[in-house]
Amino acid sequence: MTATFLGMPAFPANAARAVHDAQLRANLRKATRTIRDRRAAAVAELPGWERLRAAGRQIKDHTLRNLDRYLLRMEEAVVRAGGHVHWAADAAEANRIVAGLVEATGENSAVKVKSMATQEIGLNEALAARGITVHETDLAELIVQLGGDLPSHILVPAIHRNRSEIREIFRTRMGARGRPAPEGLTDEPAALAEAARLHLRERFLAAKVAISGANFMIAETGTLVVLESEGNGRMCLTLPRTLISVVGIEKLLPTWRDLAVFLQLLPRSSTGERMNPYTSTWTGAAEGQEFHLVLLDNGRTAVLADEVGRQALRCIRCSACLNVCPVYERAGGHAYGSVYPGPIGAILTPQLHGMASELEASLPYASTLCGACFDVCPVAIDIPEVLVHLRGMAPHPRAERLAMRAAGWVLDRPERLGRAERLGLRLRRFVPRRLPGPLSAWTDTRDLPELPAESFRDWWERTGGGSGRPPERARRVGRRLPVRRSRAHAGDRERQERGERGGGGR
Amino acid sequence: MTSRELILARIRAAVASAPEAEAVRAHGVSPPAGEPGEPGDPVELFAGRVADYRATVHVTDGDGAAGVIAAALARRGVSRPVVPDGLPGEWTPAEFVADDPPLGAGELDRAEGVLTGCAVAIARTGTIVLDTGPGQGRRMLTLVPDYHLCVVRAGQIVAEVAEALERLDPALPLTWISGPSATSDIELNRVEGVHGPRTLEVVVVR
Repeated sequence: MTATFLGMPAFPANAARAVHDAQLRANLRKATRTIRDRRAAAVAELPGWERLRAAGRQIKDHTLRNLDRYLLRMEEAVVRAGGHVHWAADAAEANRIVAGLVEATGENSAVKVKSMATQEIGLNEALAARGITVHETDLAELIVQLGGDLPSHILVPAIHRNRSEIREIFRTRMGARGRPAPEGLTDEPAALAEAARLHLRERFLAAKVAISGANFMIAETGTLVVLESEGNGRMCLTLPRTLISVVGIEKLLPTWRDLAVFLQLLPRSSTGERMNPYTSTWTGAAEGQEFHLVLLDNGRTAVLADEVGRQALRCIRCSACLNVCPVYERAGGHAYGSVYPGPIGAILTPQLHGMASELEASLPYASTLCGACFDVCPVAIDIPEVLVHLRGMAPHPRAERLAMRAAGWVLDRPERLGRAERLGLRLRRFVPRRLPGPLSAWTDTRDLPELPAESFRDWWERTGGGSGRPPERARRVGRRLPVRRSRAHAGDRERQERGERGGGGR
Repeated sequence: MTSRELILARIRAAVASAPEAEAVRAHGVSPPAGEPGEPGDPVELFAGRVADYRATVHVTDGDGAAGVIAAALARRGVSRPVVPDGLPGEWTPAEFVADDPPLGAGELDRAEGVLTGCAVAIARTGTIVLDTGPGQGRRMLTLVPDYHLCVVRAGQIVAEVAEALERLDPALPLTWISGPSATSDIELNRVEGVHGPRTLEVVVVR
């Protein structure tokens, strides 16, 4: 019943399918607009947001620059507080460690708090293969798990489902995994939340092992921090005897006081609240619990080595960039073929996995480079900058490479450009609507612009920039075009009028 | 090479040529509460922001506290709340359930509600922080029952998140509570009441 992102086609194919799903687009439009407004209000209300954002960026950059030192400090502090620390170089090793820890308790099931890191490594599937059942407890994760579905949003994995779809999933699927949905379940959000409460209640009270991630780790004190809304996190972190937390190495903060910055940035950016309902912090073995911390690399150190791309490791998984992205709003999260969808996914997935597959190589193009994601990012990740950087590194088809090389040669010298323009204009009647062969990939999604009868340079030469002066003088003026704005504008106007009158027919 | 050594070596190689990055310790980044447009009184601000989460809030003075607590419990129909060790006697009702011997999860699930104090509260965000200290008890006491009545002294209220962190001890397990349990998972609308206490009632004692 578990779906997987493996072997997904490239972004354009996924997106093309998604935009034809009217229900999906309506669900996404409603949800992303709601959260966008709430975030904007929560951010506007807090004075000094930009300073806070700069502090968030600087603290993260400083931590990443000294990550080895802070990881060792974290390890020492956790061990001192009675916890155990494990290091996992990749997904397979992390999954092996967790499976071994669960088996050592003698249990064959665990409750789980939603965590991006454990989704990234496919922990549920790996544990299932060793006979361990994992029960997701976050409402949206429960909806995804019961529906045999894939998450499509970082914060709200079931954002692609509306209330009546959720009701249907609960009504038909809950019984197979435990307490069935109540008779006569309506699609009121409060009723759906109540159904989830009843379904998971006994499971929480009986659970012996819990698996979580963490939003932050404090190197100075060895403290882990989990932000949540429903209380399923508190249930998992508090009730079971054994707690296993799998946390990416980039989640560190140096000091306890640094948390002040991030406890303000995250909730306002994420759910648009002044504060999320529940935040739990614990250090080592809390209240006699057995605690294991699994520190996960899984490609993060490769990202850290990229001068431009490493800023992606500042990400605190708030998902504000998804909610403002015009591409995400239309294509939805599944199109990105990864647990990290949206703009942050478009820069994180290709960096974590490399760009060998068609999907990952297509992700840096899953953007219009409008920059809305950068504006809302609480740690100021310049996502468009990284996208452009990755586009440069992505494999390009031969036809595109040749075309770009040819264009580079022409644009390098004004004489070449002039000759190419004149040649093109002479042949304008023969320019097809679609380019032939491999170049058709370009014109399939773009209209070729209509070629004018005369190039701007030739027009300038002929009319003296519209000034009526002799061409010789006008040419000198033309070279200083940027400082002679008014004249250039006058020329533009005249050219437009000419175009309207005669369509340039000569 | 162990994975620990491998990861540390990869990190050192990755950042070897990167410039040193200074962290600005911008802890007091937010100006204190009381700037234009916000009530200057932290108690007022706190009470208003807790109420925004759809929790019930009462503000009273020291003499009135016992009466307000008793009335709240009576309204809810709680005759014997769970009361952790160390709650001031004047707040404690005559009939209560003590956590001694420690209550099991099942017993807490059947409890009518829980009455506690807190460690710190934050005005700007309407947040209450519990640190398992006196009058607060183990974390599960305020988690499993469906009704939480929390008493906050005015002196425990700070303006900002940063001040709260300064007063708190990270060695203790902390629970930060901002309104009742809620979810935004259905169409991104906040719905109160999932797994934690669905009703949060707060008494602020001036």
